[in-house]
Amino acid sequence: MAKALLDKVWDAHTVRTLPSGHTQLFFGLHLIHEVTSPQAFQMLREMGLRVRFPERTFATIDHIVPTASQVRPFRDALAEEMTAHLVSNCKEFGVPLFDLDSGRQGIVHIIGPELGLTQPGMTIACGDSHTSTHGALGALAFGIGTSQVRDVLATQCLGMDKPKLRQIRVVGSLARGVYAKDVILAIIHRLGVKGGVGYAYEYAGSAIQAMSMEERLTICNMSIEGGARVGYVNPDATTFAYLRGRPFAPQGEAFDRAVTWWTSMATDPDATFDDVFRLDAASIEPMVTWGINPGQSAGVSEPIPDPAEAPETDRAAWAEALAFMSFEPGRPIVGTPIDVAFIGSCTNARLSDLRAAAEVARGRKVARGLRALVVPGSQAVAKAAEAEGLHEIFQEAGFEWRKAGCSLCLGMNEDKLSGREICASSSNRNFKGRQGSPTGRTLLMSPAMVAAAAIAGKVTDVREWLR
Amino acid sequence: MSHDHVRRQIVGRGIPFHGHDIDTDRIMPARFLKSVTFEGLEKHVFEDDRRHAPEHPFNQPRYQGASILIVGRNFGSGSSREHAPEGLRRWGIRGLIGESFAEIFIGNCIAIGLPCVTLAPEDVVWLMETVARNPEHEIVLHVEDRVVRVGDRTIPAKIADGHRHQLLTGTWNATGVLLEAGDAIERLAKSLPYVTGH
Repeated sequence: MAKALLDKVWDAHTVRTLPSGHTQLFFGLHLIHEVTSPQAFQMLREMGLRVRFPERTFATIDHIVPTASQVRPFRDALAEEMTAHLVSNCKEFGVPLFDLDSGRQGIVHIIGPELGLTQPGMTIACGDSHTSTHGALGALAFGIGTSQVRDVLATQCLGMDKPKLRQIRVVGSLARGVYAKDVILAIIHRLGVKGGVGYAYEYAGSAIQAMSMEERLTICNMSIEGGARVGYVNPDATTFAYLRGRPFAPQGEAFDRAVTWWTSMATDPDATFDDVFRLDAASIEPMVTWGINPGQSAGVSEPIPDPAEAPETDRAAWAEALAFMSFEPGRPIVGTPIDVAFIGSCTNARLSDLRAAAEVARGRKVARGLRALVVPGSQAVAKAAEAEGLHEIFQEAGFEWRKAGCSLCLGMNEDKLSGREICASSSNRNFKGRQGSPTGRTLLMSPAMVAAAAIAGKVTDVREWLR
Repeated sequence: MSHDHVRRQIVGRGIPFHGHDIDTDRIMPARFLKSVTFEGLEKHVFEDDRRHAPEHPFNQPRYQGASILIVGRNFGSGSSREHAPEGLRRWGIRGLIGESFAEIFIGNCIAIGLPCVTLAPEDVVWLMETVARNPEHEIVLHVEDRVVRVGDRTIPAKIADGHRHQLLTGTWNATGVLLEAGDAIERLAKSLPYVTGH
């Protein structure tokens, strides 16, 4: 019988069926970070348990790490304490840590693929909802909570129900100035922020196949914003070319054998799905959010919608969002003044993202009075960007060039909005208070759109800026 | 498994929380995640929403002491932070009734022994209104019978079979059950090409 990647990977990792009916699923890779792991290690200690597969567990520091100076001890005593705990927990339990002096530190969802840790056919768990990112390489990657981090540390397993499968077929070509970020925002806009609950998303179609690995990572990253805990792209030549030569990828002849196995794990041509959703790539324009969840978005040429025209069940939510944003229905989203511009996060802080933003920023200046940050996703991304002079393009334009971390995506370090500031952001969430100020406002868009907004001082259509 | 982990039913007063797609950043803002323990999280539940909002349910004296949180659609979306359900639990919540829940959130609730059941949208509205009119109503969230009982009304409720089993057998803390697989875990690992080095 024809099977999808979801079925094949699920079956290959099934240890047994639990008395609850859940599948006891083995996880091939467990990634941990400083924010959601300390309590899990403490619980492990209290139960007298060890880390079952320390060689399949990797740690890094990303959420609370400062991005201006990363010299320890950090100025923020709580950040220092959390970092010290991670370092000592990793040492005590024998877990490899990509520390600040390793050259490999970065946002956990950037470094997994970058180091070749993330591979097709794997199951992956991490105490962070954006773990769905890793599905871009053809893995099943689940965001989990701290009790589940404890369980994976102790057993390398979780008890889970298999999700249903929805294929999302994006066909055709993207117009210039339209990026992977716009595609996933358009998908979430159409299917809603809860449309994917209970589903895994398989992204397919000619537009997805044509995408680079970094673009696919952006797509899969935001699966969870559409309610889907897992999103993946079937492994193909793009995947294999990306992995070849990476530090933790198989080397030499083992790589060729791996390609055979990886290929065999892809969805069979005649596999069936619980649901299929089709989207025409050519119909997508640059997207901007106007509300307080990632589904509340519009094409850049569209007006801010009127709650009176919302579906009955969304009316109150739209009204609440517009009240929080202080936006008027019917007005164009273009021209909305911004105070802060943020290029970074596990969604959009890879080299190609920085190149796209630099293409817009080159030879231009950030608007007067506007704060603009570029936070590379990892030390490796920073190094590669610096090697081609991207940092100088940004700095000459008036952007701050920072060190790797999650930064202003969630405001757990010193990078925060203040008061009612509006931020054009390449991150993934525009929730109330997300960027560190309870009343701060976030407009999600692609990195190139953020760069253009930084220069214009307001939301603008990046298609008019590309030379 | 231990007897005091069994969650056959939750009995208590309700606290209605209106709105849909309430994300975990709202429930527990990120700055309160800067700690190596969960201690004190009860003080920060909905902190930013509650500030300057005496009408917020968690600020209203009449809902203090409530143990069953009644919510709308897709409650707990976004971040996987267990600090959100842990904060609710430490505040006094022992069970949740809603139209629907986000997936990671519901898994986190179960993992700390908080049953989540869903009702038809009109039943959620009725329950919220009933509790708002009289917060002293005793609500029975019955995991075993898959119902919610209020006064003389019995409302059908849904809960996934696996979660129900974990709650009724007191095995929602899954570590012990998962460990029972023993060497089967290592055997499975050795069957995976990427574990053995292709």
